[in-house]
Amino acid sequence: MAREQIEEYLEAIYDIAGKDGKAKTTEIAEKLKNAPASVTEVLQRMNRDGLVIYEPYQGAALTKKGENIVIRIKRKHRLLEVFLEKILHLPQEHVHDQACKMEHVINDETEQALCKKLGVPTECPHGSPIPPCNIDVNSCNECLQTDDSKRKKRKQRPISITTLKPGQKGKVVFIRGGRNVVQRLCDLGLISGTPVSLIRGAPLKGPVEICVKGCKIVIGRGIAEKIFIQIEDL
Amino acid sequence: MQKSDFTIALAGNANVGKSVIFNQLTGLGQIIGNWPGKTVERAEGILVHHGKNIRIIDLPGIYSLSTYSQEELVTREYIALGHPDVVVNVVDATALERNLFFTLQLIEMQVPLVLAINLVDIAKKKGININYTRLSKIFKIPVAETVATKGIGVHEIVDDAIELKLKKTKEIQSKIRYSSEIEKRIELLEFELKQITLEHPLRWTAIKLLEEDLEIINLIKKKAPHIIEKAQKLSKEIEQVHKEPCATVIAAERYASAARIVSKVQTHEQPQKPSWGERLDDLTMHSIWGYIVLFAVMLSILGFITFFGGWLTEFLQNLFEQFNPNISGFLHEVAWNGAVVGFYASLAVALGFILPFYLILGVLEDSGYLPKVAYLMDRPCHSMGLHGKACMPLLVAFGCNVPACAGCRILETNRDRLIALILSTLIPCSARTVVILGLVGAYVGIQWALALYIFDFLLIFLIGRLLNKTLPGTSVGIIMEMPPYRIPSINVVIKQAWVRFKPFLLTAIPLIIIGSVLVEAMRLTNVLSIISDVLSPITVTWLGLPAFTGFLFIFGVLRKEAALVLLITVAGTTDILLVMSPLQMIVFTLVIMIYIPCVATIAAMIRETGWKRAFEITIFEIVLAIVIGGLVFRLLDPFL
Repeated sequence: MAREQIEEYLEAIYDIAGKDGKAKTTEIAEKLKNAPASVTEVLQRMNRDGLVIYEPYQGAALTKKGENIVIRIKRKHRLLEVFLEKILHLPQEHVHDQACKMEHVINDETEQALCKKLGVPTECPHGSPIPPCNIDVNSCNECLQTDDSKRKKRKQRPISITTLKPGQKGKVVFIRGGRNVVQRLCDLGLISGTPVSLIRGAPLKGPVEICVKGCKIVIGRGIAEKIFIQIEDL
Repeated sequence: MQKSDFTIALAGNANVGKSVIFNQLTGLGQIIGNWPGKTVERAEGILVHHGKNIRIIDLPGIYSLSTYSQEELVTREYIALGHPDVVVNVVDATALERNLFFTLQLIEMQVPLVLAINLVDIAKKKGININYTRLSKIFKIPVAETVATKGIGVHEIVDDAIELKLKKTKEIQSKIRYSSEIEKRIELLEFELKQITLEHPLRWTAIKLLEEDLEIINLIKKKAPHIIEKAQKLSKEIEQVHKEPCATVIAAERYASAARIVSKVQTHEQPQKPSWGERLDDLTMHSIWGYIVLFAVMLSILGFITFFGGWLTEFLQNLFEQFNPNISGFLHEVAWNGAVVGFYASLAVALGFILPFYLILGVLEDSGYLPKVAYLMDRPCHSMGLHGKACMPLLVAFGCNVPACAGCRILETNRDRLIALILSTLIPCSARTVVILGLVGAYVGIQWALALYIFDFLLIFLIGRLLNKTLPGTSVGIIMEMPPYRIPSINVVIKQAWVRFKPFLLTAIPLIIIGSVLVEAMRLTNVLSIISDVLSPITVTWLGLPAFTGFLFIFGVLRKEAALVLLITVAGTTDILLVMSPLQMIVFTLVIMIYIPCVATIAAMIRETGWKRAFEITIFEIVLAIVIGGLVFRLLDPFL
């Protein structure tokens, strides 16, 4: 089975999956315009490869491994969209389809070069956040300023603090955003390496309440999405 | 201002109790409350301490001496250039590390400093123990323990401050040493800066230049542009080493120092079970229950005030009517209908509606509920181009629009402040509540009063959306500290309500009585009908109201609740149904609600946004009220 096809499947499951993380076979079939029977076959195979957990009649859910692949693809996809719009000046309606095809063929080196060339964008032209890379740097500045291509990779990809479950802990890895906002968060103690935990989030993409250095701070979703952390001791 | 021998400035993070200490020392009524940002401008007061006049300055709460917000800039400029004799840094014992981050910055500014560690009772309950002597030794500055709400240790701060000032040999405070690559560059800059005269301390200026602080850069640029170039080069070098902006590196090192000190002076036993405040958080900040609680709280406040205010009005009327001598004649009518009715009607308004409202607002503020509302309402606020913090001044506006205007300063951008300001002048304040509940609620039905509220909220929402669409820019998100719940102090709540209530007693009641006498006299001499005739194309033809309302609208500009009291005077009875139909009451109240912010609010708007903006907002609201009033009159006419 081609890598491109597997990646398409993983993306489809990621997009469809509801709160329980499961995507139904029929929905996947509809999205990819395939026959449900062949979708079932592919899902069984992906289950063997450890990319999804497939249960007949229940649908498929991504494993950690599968999810990691999707996040990388999403990153490439959205970077490519920015590239097509900003550099090649393609109309915004066209960039999605093109990026859908290109995302499967570019390698990590190209991805990294794109990110640098575009000046570390944080959002695609449609406003979805671009997931961060997993290179072990303290900030995007570090990456921009040095040309060391053999940088170490992080064991885990940093995730946004908003993806934590209430009560879960992590350590700040880096914060994206304008100088003022970063400065403010810094003043409140959100500095890389600082342990933080999520207390709760308000419904409908409302703000989150986090605990840092024994203080509770409420942060709007838009800002909190740009605070990236790593979960401790997995 | 009285002459003073000595100045003490209170500085520190938001919500650590600076204003409480200020009130304890000066006996003044600085508004306090359990929400970050209520002190938006500095307050001053005098304390007479052992025969000395001591000037106490309460500064807005800030987290850093950078220039993220207006308050930070104000505080920094005052500390640097206002030359207070001693700065008292009020520190929250329950969040020592973050508070010391600020202390370290004050130390860098080389001001005479006293630490007041506040909230030590709450810290102890949380299992936090602090070694104060050790802390004092590390910083080489005096440290006092306080429980400001109970007045414990508050006067010791002043003793410490005086002692510090009188000391002949000044002990040198310990300062933080940064890592060598930063220290080296600070020294290089210090050397350059020695060539020119500086308003700020040398080392601090050098650090701020490395942090690329815009204010300081602009200041030095005028005198010596070559130093700026040098500073930028050095700052870039640090960035090369650490791969992070220099300001972040310095902040991280400050935090590391603060953490090191905390580890030396503090032991912390984790409490086993969550506190009652945290359990209450789980309910009041819950995704569903939180909103139900919020709705129930708002509704019960309205319900209670309607009930209580209505009952008191009736009670006072019956009480005073017993003494009505019932003689006719010009003087009697002026004296009785004007002065006496004016007096008891305004008394009913004051004691029945306004005072209970201020008491409830005080309880909400002091308990720490307002920031929870900010959290819950952040998302809905976004569609009006605001974020959750705006809820706090908007809730205060329910009491009175005037402090709400100043309260809008807690928002970060000019755009946010302007939107919040406009919306807060449309919030039904206690004076408007008087008219809504006292007129429509009492004579037409509580469901119509509720409908008016809902209509006003919808209007506010729509105007917010409109402003969001038309004003350029977008709101930055909310970043706010969440203070814990605490049991409101009865003392504080009563004092607070009194501070807010006093101007009403002193200015509004006399004003209303004078107005009532004036109206009664003008009614009897036909002056009233002349004024009313001039306005009748709007009041009678367009709004369908009785002609005498024209005068009420004019007088309502002074105080909105006066419109109701004067209406009673004009009617000569509290049975208003004799002079107005239910529909007229609804339209009248609607126009009163929207048509113009009262004079005091207009003055507050001028202070916040300038003449031009305040004028535009006022005209806009007058036109809006007249248009809506006329439309509602025509829409509801077939039904009522």
